Amino acid sequence: MEVKNANAAMLSNYEVFKLLTDLKEQRKDAGKSKHSLGQQDLNTIMYETLKYLSKTPCSRQSPEIVREFLTTMMPQKLTKAEKLQLLNQRPQSAVEIQLMVEESEERLTEEQIEELIQTVAGVLPGDPEQENAAAADAEMNGGAEQS
Amino acid sequence: MFVLVEMVDTVRIPPWCFHRQLNEAVAEELNKKLANKVVFNVGLCICLYDITKLEDSYIFPGDGASHTKVHFRFVVFHPFLEEILVGKIKYCSQEGVHVTMGFFDDILIPPESLQQPAKFDEAEQVWLWEYETDEGAHDLYMDQGEEIRFRVTDEVFVDTSPTGPAAATPDNAAQPGQSTAAPAEESTEKKEAPYTLIGTICEPGLGLLSWWNN
Repeated sequence: MEVKNANAAMLSNYEVFKLLTDLKEQRKDAGKSKHSLGQQDLNTIMYETLKYLSKTPCSRQSPEIVREFLTTMMPQKLTKAEKLQLLNQRPQSAVEIQLMVEESEERLTEEQIEELIQTVAGVLPGDPEQENAAAADAEMNGGAEQS
Repeated sequence: MFVLVEMVDTVRIPPWCFHRQLNEAVAEELNKKLANKVVFNVGLCICLYDITKLEDSYIFPGDGASHTKVHFRFVVFHPFLEEILVGKIKYCSQEGVHVTMGFFDDILIPPESLQQPAKFDEAEQVWLWEYETDEGAHDLYMDQGEEIRFRVTDEVFVDTSPTGPAAATPDNAAQPGQSTAAPAEESTEKKEAPYTLIGTICEPGLGLLSWWNN
């Protein structure tokens, strides 16, 4: 076996989530056919990865949301890797943004960080349960949501 | 966190799979071979992404199977350095805090990369952060199962392919003198992880999610 390119592209959690969900469906449709023998490794990693990903914000994303997010991020001078982390993790506080954006103190003003949090919260859907809890004690504006 | 890796491999399809579509059979063989395995210096393979090219298939004398050179792309877990990840604490030990992602277990946060000042509680076998406030120090425990955010600082690949009889590890000689409880034999039998991530939580915002919620 030969590795041609160990890093052809970065994948967002959503892409992996979608791929695995589809693969799982496909395998379920095929039924317990005689071909699925010797695929325990695939089943294990599929199950474990899906279990992890379903708890992350990517389980509520869609291609449209990802595209919209990247379009709104265009004017921000962030690297691909930084945008990917914002997309994967959906940070909700300034301290998280500062972790994901390198040298954020020099590159971003406080207003820009605040703006980033707003965009992330507005475009990427959050956990409905958590959102309800937050709405109860804060003045969360539902207007940004576009469910 | 995940990357696409382009690979080329020759896939052997046994004759009893000849009634199937070639790409289907090839996809299955590739997943069987690579899924849930670590490829040296590449990462932990998750599943096949797509097949980009199938070359001609050959049948060699003495073997009824067909051999096809396949160009394909695989989804691989290989976080880049400095990436922020969220995992769960698997357990704590003298070596540091061991973190799991569920599908990937070999993540270690060494003691010097914990939030300082850090202390290891021998009785409970747990690391804690002696967080200083105006009202004195607060002990923040890093219990098993807690969600933890960390930064990847290093990756270690170990070639675990089979070799000849291993020479006695030099660590062995040093150990009995130091350790009082653990017998030296156990450490030699410990399987070495092919791919280990080294993390840090020594920055504001890193550590248990509950520390930074408010």
